[in-house]
Amino acid sequence: MPRSPLPGFRLALGLTLAYLGVIVLLPLAALVLETRGMGAARFITVVTGDRALAAFRVTVLTALAATALNAVLGLALAWALVRYEFPGKRLLDALVDVPFALPTAVAGVALTALFAGNGWYGSALEPLGIKVAYAPLGIVVAMAFTSLPFVVRSVQPVLQDLTGDYEEAAETLGAGPWRIFRSVLFPEIFPAFLAGCSLAFARSLGEFGAVIFIAGNQPFRTEIAALLVFIRLEEYDYQAAAAIATVMLAAAFVMLLITNAIQLWRLRYARAS
Amino acid sequence: MSVERRPRVGDSLLARTLILGFAVLVAALLIGGPLAVIFSEALRAGFGAYAANLSAPDTRHAILLTVATALVAVPINTAFGIAAAWAIAKFEFRGKGLLIALVELPFSVSPIVAGVAYLFVYGAQGWLGPWLLDHGIKVMFAYPAIVLASLFVTAPFVAREILPLMQAQGSAEEEAALTLGASGWRTLWSVTLPNIRWALLYGVVLTNARVMGEFGAVSVVSGNIRGVTNTLPLQIELLYQDYNSAGAFAAATVLAAIALLTIVAKIIVERNEPARAG
Repeated sequence: MPRSPLPGFRLALGLTLAYLGVIVLLPLAALVLETRGMGAARFITVVTGDRALAAFRVTVLTALAATALNAVLGLALAWALVRYEFPGKRLLDALVDVPFALPTAVAGVALTALFAGNGWYGSALEPLGIKVAYAPLGIVVAMAFTSLPFVVRSVQPVLQDLTGDYEEAAETLGAGPWRIFRSVLFPEIFPAFLAGCSLAFARSLGEFGAVIFIAGNQPFRTEIAALLVFIRLEEYDYQAAAAIATVMLAAAFVMLLITNAIQLWRLRYARAS
Repeated sequence: MSVERRPRVGDSLLARTLILGFAVLVAALLIGGPLAVIFSEALRAGFGAYAANLSAPDTRHAILLTVATALVAVPINTAFGIAAAWAIAKFEFRGKGLLIALVELPFSVSPIVAGVAYLFVYGAQGWLGPWLLDHGIKVMFAYPAIVLASLFVTAPFVAREILPLMQAQGSAEEEAALTLGASGWRTLWSVTLPNIRWALLYGVVLTNARVMGEFGAVSVVSGNIRGVTNTLPLQIELLYQDYNSAGAFAAATVLAAIALLTIVAKIIVERNEPARAG
């Protein structure tokens, strides 16, 4: 029993568990059990079919590319927001939150309008031979947009808490700026940076709304796993939809475990240093 | 902790220019661009056409349905968030880490997966579907399913905003209130909630924005019936596929405005709670 003089433990915990059970766990259990009815052989046939494998490959590769882009951009944004003073800093800080607040479908139509051949960006990029809308690159852009805040918001507080002592010491000892970053600063922010990247990757794997408008949705080329689930549903092939969705759910669980492991490591790291 | 901060080793002018230039340019292009294009496309044919697009019957219905969904889903998830944060922040118990992970689980699950999962509970071939059908209760492809899917997707937001603050504040003030004879509810209402009001406000506003903007999960469970079960994001998709770009972007401005108001709320919250910003 909890040792606390406060009341309401049973009520609060009971409500929380009952709600999570009905709203979150019941549907996920129904999804996983649906695949049991189809048998292992058919499950494997469905999730290793050519089109499913291609969709998984497209999803993972574009999510990796979007995460790599956000790793660089997120670090630069966090760095600029913490260490520099410049006009419009508050505005830039507020802009970082836009992808969390803007609905994914709205982001999808807006990015498509920008990158289409006649759009503001597309009309400049397509003459150079860079096709973004209705191409794999468009998926990367959409995923990068929706997951942009994760790396920034993970790294920012850690960067903020660095006092500058080690940097001064390193400089006194004759280290150059790049050396200081690599050997002094980056190790400090690395756990938070990694946690941000894994969150961004997990979000990108499951992204749907922003992607389907800009992707072009060609099977084998620009069709993501989430869309294939949707297509199987529209074909009334519920078992295939359940099987592919279960693989996505398993991937989400694995990413959740990895993220939690990083967070734990981060706590231990913070205590040690 | 800004008191003890010393001037840091400054970056060279070149590094500073490159990093700041890169960050500002990409943020402006990737985030500012989409915001600008929404309003530019919506107003392309003038304000009159914009107003006409917004008041088209199906779009108006979608706005009403979206508001009706938020009116039910936001209070429920706010109550859930407060209950979950109360249990996690004020008590020690085994399995707490697991409970936190469970509360955050919907963040990691693709909205499409959530939508499909609901289909296997409430759909005609789902666990409860046949029973519901026999009793004439329509859940799937109707308003209840839209609310349920929205509840799943936005369950963690309030808890996540208020939990760190409640953990940091501890229980001393609540214990004092109880000693003075206040009931548990009175303590929650007069001590705990006022202490977390700004974080709670932002959690509620963010939950609202996410409920109103949810697309993937709702698109699976709503059935996409024009003028009946289309929420605003689904209506945007529909108009866009009809090549009615002006109509789609007019509808999008409503959701973009809600997103911008959400961010304004966050700025207000951070102003009032400087501890949060640091």
